[in-house]
Amino acid sequence: MTAPADAAPAAGAETIWVEHVAWFDRVPRAIAMAFVFAVFIGLWELVTRLGVVSPIILPTPGETLADIFLVGRNLIGGEYMLAALWTTLKEVVYGFALAMAIGFSLGILVGETAFGERAIMPYLVAIDTMPKVAFAPLFISWLGFDIESKVALAAFIATFPIVVGTAAGLHSADANARMLFKTMGATRWQTLFKMKLPTGLPQIFTGLKIAAVGVMAGAITGEFLGGGRGFGELIRVASTQLNTPRVFSLIIYLSLVGMMLFGLVVWIQRRFVFWHKDRVVGGEL
Amino acid sequence: MSSAAALAPVPSGAGEIVYQLSDVGKTYARNAIHALQGINLTLRKGSFSSVIGSSGCGKSTLLKIMAGLIPPTTGRVVLQGRPVTGPRRDIGMMFQQATLFPWRTTLENIVLPIEIRDGAQAAKAAHDRARALLELVGLKGFEKNYPGELSGGMAQRAAICRMLITEPAVLLLDEPFSALDELTRDFMNMELQRICASRDATAFLVTHSIPEAVILSDVVYVMKPRPGRVAEEVEIDLPRPRTLDMITTPRFGALVERIRSRLDKEAFI
Repeated sequence: MTAPADAAPAAGAETIWVEHVAWFDRVPRAIAMAFVFAVFIGLWELVTRLGVVSPIILPTPGETLADIFLVGRNLIGGEYMLAALWTTLKEVVYGFALAMAIGFSLGILVGETAFGERAIMPYLVAIDTMPKVAFAPLFISWLGFDIESKVALAAFIATFPIVVGTAAGLHSADANARMLFKTMGATRWQTLFKMKLPTGLPQIFTGLKIAAVGVMAGAITGEFLGGGRGFGELIRVASTQLNTPRVFSLIIYLSLVGMMLFGLVVWIQRRFVFWHKDRVVGGEL
Repeated sequence: MSSAAALAPVPSGAGEIVYQLSDVGKTYARNAIHALQGINLTLRKGSFSSVIGSSGCGKSTLLKIMAGLIPPTTGRVVLQGRPVTGPRRDIGMMFQQATLFPWRTTLENIVLPIEIRDGAQAAKAAHDRARALLELVGLKGFEKNYPGELSGGMAQRAAICRMLITEPAVLLLDEPFSALDELTRDFMNMELQRICASRDATAFLVTHSIPEAVILSDVVYVMKPRPGRVAEEVEIDLPRPRTLDMITTPRFGALVERIRSRLDKEAFI
């Protein structure tokens, strides 16, 4: 007879019990996020207070916050920083649009035709493995120091995820769906637009989300290397002036722009791909 | 048991000939594989025929030829007096998977064949017919639901509607319920019988299940592989309408046994 360690329940007792969930997994999301943020700021404050690192390398949270207000006032006041933000935004939007135009075209060519898959895809993969930032000096010498070279670099970086997402999406339709469309006598265009593209939307949006992150990186890198009047240039100047709080606050504003672009893609995805339960990171943004 | 009488191929029904295959063969030239050889089939109006055989006996090839998806190497394939040279609107087809598209409502899925063939206007005009079909298969009220909200059996009912919307002359059924659980499958087979009877449909079923073939069919074609050919044509003389109770009758058992013995002897070499 092996009795349980704790007292065995009397015969006839109801077997009601509670599944154990750790308390920190039950904390509401907003509170959990606020807690992580507070810990991060606290550690930051501690490191600067103790003088572990020089204030030139790492400003205090307070200094950074003060500069965030300063930059914010400049932006709201419509001063030179707003013009810089506007320049960078234009580069990002143009770059994204260009990347989508090229990306969808190449993606359909590669995903839909055997020729594209066999003859074009290998070259795309080869170019994609190159460090694309290394092309920046070329774009600057070809297109000059104005926004064109930044748009080109941003689009160059963002195109490949869209191509790969589109091509993979077009391949994701299963054999039954293809056969069904064949039995209905569907044309190639009907099969593409009524079946293959909608089926591939989840993959296409995954590509777009990666591209949305890449396009920001491309625009800022272009500005670092090719000057101009954008936000990247402001960061570069602040950094050479050892104005570290300014660098931090500019990066935070840039990340807001990036999150908005990413959020826009997620929002559109939610509306168009409502049938697909997306559990990818960022789906809850 | 009159198994001797049933051995002779019996012309089933008196309906007009809908679909006729004469001496159809399919060879994959590259490796000289005879997928099909000398297939002769006659489907009459309102009849239900099944083909049964092991994997690789050429059932799928036969069905694809009948659907106009691939051309035969030899022989004649004639549907309603016209040779089949490609997919046609008077051929309805159904697969093991319902293959409904998740971004379309049930109703939009059902009118898809019309939309593809005749455009969006015609598809809209077909909504009333689609609703009538939904009622026929017992899915009334699910017009606006998305496929993600349907069970496996309900999805296959919707697929039946999609197959019927173009009012095809012949229904080609490729193991339509084999992905469903057995209870649902039995029930859906009875539903299929009811739907076919109500429309006087001509149906051709490919299956792995002997009881399924027997309970549904007027004729069962037993196929043998290498080369794929019809080994025997078994007429099923159970009275109609068929019920699930018939599965326990001696006659049903004898028919199943006969088909099984044929498969055992020839099909699994």
